[in-house]
Amino acid sequence: MEFTEPALEYAEIWPLIVVFGVACLGILAEAFLPRGRRHVVQVALAAVGLLVALVGTVLVGTNLDEVADGEARGLIGGAGSVVVDGPTVFIWALVLVASLMGVALFAERRLEAGVSAFSGQAAALPGSDAERKAQGLDHTEVYPLLMFAVGGMLLFPASGDLLTMFVALEVLSLPLYLLTGLARRRRLLSQEAALKYFLLGAFSSGFFLYGMALVYGYAGSMDLGAIDAAVRNDAANSVMLQIGLGLLLVGLLFKVGAVPFQAWTPDVYQGAPTAVTAFMSAGTKIAAFGALLRLLYVGFGADRWTWQPVMWVVAILTMLVGVVLAVVQTDVKRMLAYSAVAHTGFLLTGVLGVQASGELAEGQVTSLQAVMFYLATYSFATIGAFAIVSLVRDSSGEATAFDRWAGLGKRSPLVAAAFAFFLLSMAGIPLTAGFVGKWAVFTVAMSAGAWPVVVVAIASSIFAVYFYVRHIRLMFFDVPEADAEVASVTAPSLLTSGTIAVGVLGTLVLGLVPGPLLQLAADAGQFIR
Amino acid sequence: MNDVNAYIGLSAVLFTIGAIGVLTRRNAIVVFMCVELMLNACNLALVAFAHQHGNLDGQVAAFFVMVVAAAEVVVGLAIIMTIFRTRRSASVDDASLLKY
Repeated sequence: MEFTEPALEYAEIWPLIVVFGVACLGILAEAFLPRGRRHVVQVALAAVGLLVALVGTVLVGTNLDEVADGEARGLIGGAGSVVVDGPTVFIWALVLVASLMGVALFAERRLEAGVSAFSGQAAALPGSDAERKAQGLDHTEVYPLLMFAVGGMLLFPASGDLLTMFVALEVLSLPLYLLTGLARRRRLLSQEAALKYFLLGAFSSGFFLYGMALVYGYAGSMDLGAIDAAVRNDAANSVMLQIGLGLLLVGLLFKVGAVPFQAWTPDVYQGAPTAVTAFMSAGTKIAAFGALLRLLYVGFGADRWTWQPVMWVVAILTMLVGVVLAVVQTDVKRMLAYSAVAHTGFLLTGVLGVQASGELAEGQVTSLQAVMFYLATYSFATIGAFAIVSLVRDSSGEATAFDRWAGLGKRSPLVAAAFAFFLLSMAGIPLTAGFVGKWAVFTVAMSAGAWPVVVVAIASSIFAVYFYVRHIRLMFFDVPEADAEVASVTAPSLLTSGTIAVGVLGTLVLGLVPGPLLQLAADAGQFIR
Repeated sequence: MNDVNAYIGLSAVLFTIGAIGVLTRRNAIVVFMCVELMLNACNLALVAFAHQHGNLDGQVAAFFVMVVAAAEVVVGLAIIMTIFRTRRSASVDDASLLKY
């Protein structure tokens, strides 16, 4: 057998290479630079790398060739393993914007009086002398870790075969497991969150892998296009295909935090440093939904009568569990985590609204377009909300318990108003981005005949308004008890306030004029098959 | 087809043992070993299917899985080590500060 060198389409995949290259440079910087200079260099490297990749993504996106009679644009590169098409480019841009906001939050040093929110030395025992000595230090390894996670997030929705998808899944997960455990304060919680995230994540990727093996056994190839062809020809034993697809879905639904695989979400969101929570709540969701869409639409599009009923049940359960458990929370980060679970349910409502292009009315929003738009609206709101959570502090650091937030609106009206605005967007109140996103996913699910799911979705969004508004009331109208310690807002540097401003602006603009972004999502076209 | 059935059966048995181990064992290290057993069961299935289909995709995938598993060991043991040093226990039941 002769080895043939694969031809790589550098012109299309270079944003990906930039991100991975910068991550490797970051490791070199970590090894060779004196400690004092690392912070500035690492932040600059990460920010510039992400910006260059973002510009590259836009350039690549504008130059994609049309294929399949103009229904899709782009190409299948890397010997079939990387697909750069319209949806890929759109999701890349979303991930990169979310990561840029994430880097800004990572680099914030004013809140902890001159050091970052990450542990000075992760190996030092909590409460030991070593930890006290490391107190003034900064963990700058977080930036290369973030870049590797971003690289995985970019590769995940672009993967053209199951093996690439698995590798991307791990590349995005492993750095996140570590980042979760690196909090400077409340280190026991942080380490416990990392342990839970890691064990459950590894468990679920084992399921993904076995699903991959079974689908490979069915189709004789890991390529999504070849799997699609095998499904259409009804190649062999379809029981193997169905078990395989089920196991693949376990892995992906775990990553997006859908019921019954949501158990890690609140613990990890609460235990992780808030900057990491902000970054991964947006980035992981965008990337994993991109991969889920590609797997279901491209690989198993012909078999959608098998997976759509499953997704109906998962979507309904996810929305109900997310909303009901969010109501009983007393911690802001956990409440936002359960609200993230509910949003996963709304996104799945969009995913199961897939229809053949012939069934769609002229100019109708496709499910792909609706889900991508929803991801954009959700990212701005969630990053902004978690950025604000990192500002609200008392003597022991971030104050996430509800009673500390009482009356915050009187002490810091601007910050409380921004938080209220993010909550209203998550609740889907008109004139915010969340409303347009919800409207888009509900209409596609409705037109695909999934009305029971839409009924549950509307009911749970109405129910969800209750706990969002309850929190707004807590901030603006409740008076804290006389001797209770309350949290106040610590003034951040431009990094965090800029991130919050971008979040507010994004949420507002997408709510008032959603047209351009919806059009952009429509122009992205379909996945290349 | 028939000549690989035994291997697929064995891999399914190994995978199930691994999954049951993850769910029932209490020590984080043992839980993690069970995850590794699941990954190796996948490798066996991949190689067996590669033999059945007569192409190399599955065998190449098995190499990737080994590399990924090695990376996962590094990250996983680092996390388990830290938590053990802090708590003097690697039991997954003891780590219970985050609830509900």
